[in-house]
Amino acid sequence: MTSYPRVGFIWHSRSHHARPHTLTRRSRSLSLGEYLSENWVDVLNDAIQHVDITAAAMAIAVLIGVGLGMLTYRHPFPSSLATTTTSAFLTIPSIALLGILIGPLGLGTANVLLALVLYALLPITRNTIVGLAGVDSSIVDAGRGMGMSRTRLLWRVRVPLAWPVILSGIRVSTQMIIGIAAIGAYVSGPGLGNQIFHGLARFGAVNSLNQVLIGTGAIVIIALLFDLAYLAIDRMTTSRGIRA
Amino acid sequence: MASALVAPDDPRVDVHQGTTRGSGLWRRLLGMSLRPILLGAVLLLLYLWVQTQTLDSIERRSLNPAKIRLELWEHVQLSLVATALTIAIAVPLGVLLTRPFARWIKPIGLGLGNFGQAIPSIGLIVLLALWLGIGFWTAVIGLVAYATLPILRNTIVGLDGVDPALKEAARGMGMSRLAVLGRVELPLAVPVILAGVRTALVLTVATATLATFIDAGGLGAGLVAGIKLNRPSLSLTFGVLAAVLALFADWVGGIAEDVLRPRGI
Repeated sequence: MTSYPRVGFIWHSRSHHARPHTLTRRSRSLSLGEYLSENWVDVLNDAIQHVDITAAAMAIAVLIGVGLGMLTYRHPFPSSLATTTTSAFLTIPSIALLGILIGPLGLGTANVLLALVLYALLPITRNTIVGLAGVDSSIVDAGRGMGMSRTRLLWRVRVPLAWPVILSGIRVSTQMIIGIAAIGAYVSGPGLGNQIFHGLARFGAVNSLNQVLIGTGAIVIIALLFDLAYLAIDRMTTSRGIRA
Repeated sequence: MASALVAPDDPRVDVHQGTTRGSGLWRRLLGMSLRPILLGAVLLLLYLWVQTQTLDSIERRSLNPAKIRLELWEHVQLSLVATALTIAIAVPLGVLLTRPFARWIKPIGLGLGNFGQAIPSIGLIVLLALWLGIGFWTAVIGLVAYATLPILRNTIVGLDGVDPALKEAARGMGMSRLAVLGRVELPLAVPVILAGVRTALVLTVATATLATFIDAGGLGAGLVAGIKLNRPSLSLTFGVLAAVLALFADWVGGIAEDVLRPRGI
């Protein structure tokens, strides 16, 4: 297996045009298990890249989104702007955004990463705003009465109380961009979408169904694993006082 | 597909805050017409931008009024047929799942639905095509499968949200179970069901851009041609058109929510 150079912690993808023909040289029809045992290196590589780009996009989106939310939750105009643009932005078809971004960014990882960050950003920002603004004002008053500064109130009172809402925004974003990342393969992005589009390109040929099934199945597994991880994070990080 | 997982199932996530009410007729009318005016402005800008471009023969092949009309019509057809079928399947299913005799299936059904939502749209559509063959109806089946959950979930949430005392009262008035369903439960659940329909409609319009991968047409065709043939102007134009159509569908959904809501709610 050749090694791929790393940029940050996202692996450079081979574009699906330049893909080595290890998969197409076979003419024998294989069962799903046989297919997987012969191609697991490729599938695993794509799966790791899929997780990588999802995690990278989420890390960026959480930093920006939660930050934006914290800055704007007290001001009605920016927060209403953030919440209304969210639903509008999310209606833009992902392949459309990926196609539009080819103009400035070309094909490849940068394009997909930016699109994923944009899609993930808005639910996180919105939930941060909704969560922080939704904290019971009597609790905030109590904190202020105890002599807490505004920053301390934010970090010690508002954020812990809003955390489940913020985390649910993060979870929703993650699930969404795992699916969008699959479409990203069409603009030469990394990840399991390459398995799907490669199978589509060989439509009806031997093992194309295996390839699409495995690509799709692996994405579902990744989505479920992320969900489990968030469940664990939710358990571990939710303040004891508001745990259900 | 983007709004897929921001379905209004999560009470902490308010998806459609655009429909405010009771703030004066004029403000409402202005609020309602703002979206189409903005979308019209976007289309005008797009048109002017295309006019300034010198198109080569490849671009002209996709970027002409006849082709755009055709793809737009295909897209609308796909979306409307799929949404209509989705409503026809998901609402009765939701009604069935909330009946007392089926209560034990409900968590299983919703669990399966949530699991299904984790399937990437492109994977689902390609798998269906490999199984059923390419074309319009395969795309419709994929879109229906993908959009069923929001409506199903909202139907269940809406029907479960009806105050049991009201059902009790209706039964006490001598209404049959069917009459209670038709004249009390469903009308009360309509706003929630419509919110689900709106989510499903937008989801369908957005996902229909992928239909072109299995030769079912739609605005994705020009978009994908732009990506394949390295003509960013094509991707941009058809990308913006698809986005505008999705936002317009969302707006229509919002209007429908307002208009179809039964009086008294």
